[in-house]
Amino acid sequence: MLGSHTTQDVNASIEALITQYQHQPGALLPLLHAIQDNVGYVPESSYAQISKALSLSVAEVHGVVTFYHHFRTHKPGRHIMQICRAESCQAMGSEALEAHAKKCLNVDYHQTTADEAITLEPVYCLGNCALSPSVMMDDEIYGRVSPADLDALIAEVKA
Amino acid sequence: MATKIYIPCDSSALAVGAEKVAAAIAAEAKARGADIEIVRNGSRGLYWLETMVEVATEKGRVAYGPVKVKDVASLFDADFIHGNPHALGLGLTDEIDWLKKQQRLTFARVGITDPVSLDDYIAHDGYKGLKNALKLSGADIVKTVTDSGLRGRGGAAFPTGIKWNTVLGCEADQKYIVCNADEGDSGTYSDRMIMEGDPFVLIEGMTIAAVAVGATQGYIYVRSEYPHALATLNAAIEVANKAGYLGSNVLGSGKVFHLEVRRAAGAYVCGEETSLLESLEGKRGLVRFKPPLPAIEGLFGKPTVVNNVISLATVPIILDKGAQYYADYGMGRSRGTLPIQLAGNLKHGGLVELAFGTTLRELLYDFGGGSFSGKPIRAVQVGGPLGAYLPESQFDTPLDYEEFAKLWAVLGHGGIVAFDDSVDMAKMARYAFEFCAVESCGKCTPCRIGSTRGVEVIDRITSGKDHAKSIQLVRDLSDTMLNGSLCALGGMTPYPVLSALNHFPEDFGVSSGGLSSQAKVA
Repeated sequence: MLGSHTTQDVNASIEALITQYQHQPGALLPLLHAIQDNVGYVPESSYAQISKALSLSVAEVHGVVTFYHHFRTHKPGRHIMQICRAESCQAMGSEALEAHAKKCLNVDYHQTTADEAITLEPVYCLGNCALSPSVMMDDEIYGRVSPADLDALIAEVKA
Repeated sequence: MATKIYIPCDSSALAVGAEKVAAAIAAEAKARGADIEIVRNGSRGLYWLETMVEVATEKGRVAYGPVKVKDVASLFDADFIHGNPHALGLGLTDEIDWLKKQQRLTFARVGITDPVSLDDYIAHDGYKGLKNALKLSGADIVKTVTDSGLRGRGGAAFPTGIKWNTVLGCEADQKYIVCNADEGDSGTYSDRMIMEGDPFVLIEGMTIAAVAVGATQGYIYVRSEYPHALATLNAAIEVANKAGYLGSNVLGSGKVFHLEVRRAAGAYVCGEETSLLESLEGKRGLVRFKPPLPAIEGLFGKPTVVNNVISLATVPIILDKGAQYYADYGMGRSRGTLPIQLAGNLKHGGLVELAFGTTLRELLYDFGGGSFSGKPIRAVQVGGPLGAYLPESQFDTPLDYEEFAKLWAVLGHGGIVAFDDSVDMAKMARYAFEFCAVESCGKCTPCRIGSTRGVEVIDRITSGKDHAKSIQLVRDLSDTMLNGSLCALGGMTPYPVLSALNHFPEDFGVSSGGLSSQAKVA
């Protein structure tokens, strides 16, 4: 991630990604993914660049970025923790897990801890429903997660 | 010769530590000088036994599970690499009752092969279907799929062959095959298991579809929540391209088929086919009006086959063994097998592929082993967040599209989520509305506004405010959403809501006696 780099670095990196992706059919989603993967989020300041390259209006780019839960327009914490809120996980106690996470991180959903270590997000199914409740930390899924497991996971990434 | 040790790389196995187990086994083997070769396979689907480690022996594969890192040293002490007994020993994998009772057609190779080894795929009957298809006309391929009775496994159960036939009949300079791998339903993971455990079967199925209808470009739209599936698919596509199974001359036939994976971005509604197409075009996932059907005007306005992962992954075996072979399984108009996913509060959650006709009770108790918590199972939701809740009195219903429809329920994508008796069904009804509000694309009013009003009405019911009036209001609202929504998201949210209200009225503060006449409305 280039999260800590300068605005110029970010702009240059976005420009390079635009050049790489703009000619694909239906390029906007792959491009937004590439930007978020590289920069950590899709800066609103990039909408003008993107819209010009893809012959879209800024409003259309804004509309797409904000339609999809996955995309974010602000810098997240160093780690993203998603807790599954779907039915299978509810049947296995995910509500208690959610409450526990919010309490010990002292944040609500879509917020980042004060030390910028973790952004907490809800997710609706991780496809790990035989081993509910499920949590995803960055790109790794964890199953049968107890509040104690969650504490260990948080401690691990904060260390 | 090195002994082959199989350790799954499936997401759910990884979720309980398979990566660490693999590393520990590799390190222990090295320290002890044991000659082993670790193969990362898909999951056999016995998730409560993950990490399930298998060893190839002369008698067949021997399984151990659930293996934790702390068990690794003792497994070596017991000489597990020769299949010797250990406390975690499960015997020969093929003899495990849970697997033996299944009829695995679509999942024939999952957990058995190395997912990204083309040689392994071919050694286990892979690409026989495509080779047969290349000898047939497009119309004959479509006829085979139609005759097999295969219906859309994504949930809508529309006959796959009929959809293909529409695309085949269209004149166009470009046609597309789109795989809907936006598996967002809670309680479902069979698409993920195929993509992670046997990606070539999906690639083969899509290639057969392309050859059949004359499409040259395919897209697999995979949810962003599935990073491992995305990586495995991309790896398999690269292998298939290099080996000439994809690309500008498929197996020397002169046919062209390019395949690309596209990553979704966390919108549940994009599992709806027209919303998915909008998303692939780089737009907001707003549902389209139908007609025109995607088969006639689909991706970028061109004729497009949109099928679920399981539907496409079932095509190779049909083309390999024939339509009749597949159609011989099943009951009524539900032909073939259904990969059922057991989830939620069950002791033995996992993948059970069986011919249509098995009852919920057999699945919940014989396979599922009853609830994980040990309490009675009070309700099950079948078919994802838009599926109805079924009470114990309906557990003897056979899994069959029409039998479920008779109960005002759906089979959907085959996910079964069990709840024990601690569940509050009014809360689940509220959640159904809440989920619809979070995920609504916003194009039609019944779904966009109705879902939010629904949450408010349920809150009034549970707080006892205007109780009788609010119960009637939730029914009226459900009726509007059911009949006035543009797609299944708003149109089926009333299924979980009203089934919860009708079967569990006591959770809504309604005596069951007072509800029976109203319940019939639904």
